[in-house]
Amino acid sequence: MEIYNNHKKLFTAALCFFVLLTFFVAIGPAFTSQNNNAPLPGSKPLNRLETEGKAVFIAEGCVACHTQQVRNVDMDKVWGTRPNIAADYANITRTDVWRNTATLMGSERTGPDLTNVGTRQPSNDWHYLHLFNPRSVVAESVMPSYEWLFDIKDYAWPNDVVVNVPDDFKKGITGKIVATHKALALVAYLRSLKEVTLPDGKPVPIFLYGKSEAEKAAANTPGKGVTTKPEFDGAALYASNCQSCHQGNGEGLVGAFPALKGSKVVLDDNPEVQVTIIMKGYNGRVSEGYGVMPAVGTNNNLKPEEVAAIVNHERSNWGNNSKKVTADDVKKIIATFGKPETVIAKK
Amino acid sequence: MKQKIYLPISLIGVLLLIPGAVAYAGEVLKPDPAFNTGACIIIAVTIFFLLLLLLWLIRLARGLKEDETAREKYGDKWIFRQINSLDSRQLDQLISRRNSRKKAISKAKGGNNGFTAVMVLLLVFSSLAVHAQTPGESKNVLTSPGMIIMLTLIFVPLVVTVFLVALKIRNLAVKTRYSRVKKETSELAAAVDNDDAVYEDLIKRQRALNYHLTNNELAGTIEAEDSKGMLLNVDEVHGPRFFASKRKAAPKHQTDPKLVKLIMWYLGTATLWLVLGTSVGEYIGIKFVSPDADHISWLSFGRLRPVHTNMVFWGWSSIAMLGLGYYVVSTVSNTVVYSIKRGYYSLVLMNAAIILGSGMLMAGINNGGGEYREYIWPVMALFAAGIVVSLANYIQTIAQRKTKEIYISNWYIVSAMMFLTVIVTVGYLPFYQDGLGETIVQGYYMHQAVGMWFMFFNLGLVYYFLPQQLNTPIYSYSLGILAFWSQILFYTLIGTHHFIFSSIPWWLQTVAIVGSMGMLIPVFSGTTNFIMTFRGNFNKIGRSYTLPFYIVGILFYFTGSTQGTAEAFRETNLIWHFTDFTTAHSHLTMYGIIAFMLWACIYTIVPRLTGNEPKQGLVGAHFWMALIGLLFYTIPLMVGGTLKGMSWRDGKPFIDSVVLMAPYWLWRAIGGSLMWASHLVFAWNMYVMFSGHKSDPDIRKEVFEKLDTIPVNAEI
Repeated sequence: MEIYNNHKKLFTAALCFFVLLTFFVAIGPAFTSQNNNAPLPGSKPLNRLETEGKAVFIAEGCVACHTQQVRNVDMDKVWGTRPNIAADYANITRTDVWRNTATLMGSERTGPDLTNVGTRQPSNDWHYLHLFNPRSVVAESVMPSYEWLFDIKDYAWPNDVVVNVPDDFKKGITGKIVATHKALALVAYLRSLKEVTLPDGKPVPIFLYGKSEAEKAAANTPGKGVTTKPEFDGAALYASNCQSCHQGNGEGLVGAFPALKGSKVVLDDNPEVQVTIIMKGYNGRVSEGYGVMPAVGTNNNLKPEEVAAIVNHERSNWGNNSKKVTADDVKKIIATFGKPETVIAKK
Repeated sequence: MKQKIYLPISLIGVLLLIPGAVAYAGEVLKPDPAFNTGACIIIAVTIFFLLLLLLWLIRLARGLKEDETAREKYGDKWIFRQINSLDSRQLDQLISRRNSRKKAISKAKGGNNGFTAVMVLLLVFSSLAVHAQTPGESKNVLTSPGMIIMLTLIFVPLVVTVFLVALKIRNLAVKTRYSRVKKETSELAAAVDNDDAVYEDLIKRQRALNYHLTNNELAGTIEAEDSKGMLLNVDEVHGPRFFASKRKAAPKHQTDPKLVKLIMWYLGTATLWLVLGTSVGEYIGIKFVSPDADHISWLSFGRLRPVHTNMVFWGWSSIAMLGLGYYVVSTVSNTVVYSIKRGYYSLVLMNAAIILGSGMLMAGINNGGGEYREYIWPVMALFAAGIVVSLANYIQTIAQRKTKEIYISNWYIVSAMMFLTVIVTVGYLPFYQDGLGETIVQGYYMHQAVGMWFMFFNLGLVYYFLPQQLNTPIYSYSLGILAFWSQILFYTLIGTHHFIFSSIPWWLQTVAIVGSMGMLIPVFSGTTNFIMTFRGNFNKIGRSYTLPFYIVGILFYFTGSTQGTAEAFRETNLIWHFTDFTTAHSHLTMYGIIAFMLWACIYTIVPRLTGNEPKQGLVGAHFWMALIGLLFYTIPLMVGGTLKGMSWRDGKPFIDSVVLMAPYWLWRAIGGSLMWASHLVFAWNMYVMFSGHKSDPDIRKEVFEKLDTIPVNAEI
């Protein structure tokens, strides 16, 4: 064929073919997506500090390990209440003249997804400690330490944010560990990462590949030699929701997160206070230097059964031994809060 | 009774099988849910061993039967068959026995050797049979303790019985055979003593056995002379050797020294980026095991990861490809490179981009996080300019070609260069990249850069270097063309398979998955083409130090690419996406395919360009360390990645998936260290090929080179 002996025709043909397919599969869909998606009504643009924080996030290459996408598959339920949709990313535009749009969706999940981290972990104290040395709060973590986001000062100014690092992780630092502006910005950005509720009438996409009802029923049917596992594993739920602050040994971190081991609240046979703190948060011990506890149960959409499992885990470990609670107890206590909307409204 | 002994033996064997079969049938029929696939496997294994036992019994019985009937079958000739089956030493015994005229039958040992052989054979079989019984029983993994005890109680006597009966049968068979052989041997000895005809046959047979060639029947005794200079590289081996010596590279080609210098600059800088880039990779791999290795911002994981990926992408692979491309494009066009000078421009632009880009990434200046798109646009523009300059150079070289047709290598190479230009342009133009547009473009960009740039260019190189190294034409030109067009068609579509289940339109994800399946066509046709080119030349692999690199490259081309297809399906993506499995996959392909193919090409061509060969032992060290390192790197990550995905699917706490990866990350670091060490060896080999460094310089060569400068009548 002539085309095989004529370099102009051959290479033009190959190039046209490729460019045509490029339009079909990349440029066309990209244009469509850009033009047909508006930011959700509930979303708000990043403020100045948060924008600076996002720049730090980009510069440090956090996206190498942290995704920001909740996929529509069942296993991603832990990262958000609903799968992301294109509109969630619609308010992200080009960073500046030098740098491209940063949706930061990521492709590796060596660390947790951050789509909803602002809701899951709203504690500033935790974030500062975690950035200074992740292993000070999560012993098994392999995340790098971001020590360079902190200054060491002999004396802290009144406005300085001082981080109470446990002695084991101070490595001979004797001065005050103070968060720099970059650290403040980064944490502000992380705390701004929250899922936006879809406007009324917009169908919420479903999570796929979940366990079917039949499978769930089969897993919970006792007998036939299969040892029944409780549907709600308190230890696992504790690890997912509580452990990063209160630690696996229940001892918390001195000066940052109170201990649950031997805690008056946990040992109290009446679970009302404990459940209330889990569902509504707590700031009663700020004066002692402890951080504000977020409303973990509400933020993470824990079911009464799950809360009960966590409460019972806390009540029966690390030497604690107090009265177990049932899901019904938890339901009753939650019912006394009034409607859940009021909780969100208060925030 | 003796004649019919095989019958009872078979009968006993069948009887033996019955209790076993019944026991198993009973188990199989039990409706207990604990009988899972494991139990089925155990049953299958046991039945297999029982069948083996039955076969052994049948064989034993048949052997005995044949021995019985042999005499009747051969009649008169039986005695000569006996003689023919004896060895020289046994014949000697018979002869000396006859000569000494002693008539003690009991001293004839003739058959004893045969008997011993039978004994040994039987022992081997019987021990096999004995061992065969045990694993079937010990592999029992049923969960309920009562069941285990019950089964053991059934099995122990069963196995012991089977063992004892088998022993009995064997002894019976051995005894039968012994008495028969003894009888036959004495008959034979008597025949030799008394019958002269038999004796003569015996002598004849012994002479035949003792015949040896003198080894100079064909060659004669005249000293050999190589009057036409056909023998080169005569390699005499004295003493033991540890490494097989391979064929030497073809003598130096008459290539334009300017071109050689240009190519060596390309390959030299590429090697530098390989060593640097993988040092960075090695370091960040170690950080998974030891996250507190340092707390320096410029060396933190998030900043170094793109430094590593971009350096080995654009620095090592791309620059090495372009350097080799300068040789291939001009050679297959049967012409010279259009402009050597532009080659240098291109090289400087690309290297500048990598130096600047790496520095910026470490300083925290990047484009916003898309993989392989971390260099900001001014840096990437430099790189693209370098590509365009070389592209123009290649096309103008092809335009002045002396051949009518365009060899397929140039299809692939020039297309890859054009496509990369398009890919980079599309990836960096801002007009459609707000919101999710960025992600759609990212999927396209990163995957096209892998498949339409690295893979395409490398295929072009291999289509030239492989046939050239094998000294055989490419198997099928048509398959190459099919792979060319089908890869453009399918590969271009598959970018978004990196974002399956994301907010990207569902139809686009499906297109990507379909495209990934379509990729089987170019991959299968490409692999077939290369393997068929190898056909008839596989013996050359052992004698060459370059072909192993090709064969590994082709192997990973097939497995790595097919793995990519497998990863794209929704069900598998569910488990593997976001895990370390993808890291393993990218190394399997970018390293197993691209790097191995590049090394193959480099070891093929550089000795021909410079006239200097690397030390074969060191090429071997490079090959094996890289290959074993890659396997140590990828297999644990694939296993760990799968476990990680399953842990997520089962709803375990996230930190569990970090903890479970620890041993696999350690293996990754070990494999990575091997790979990295192999690059140091490669760099040394490059230095040797480039500079002609030798540990023991060829003094004679140097003297002869200086001979012309010495006056004829001067004293040497």
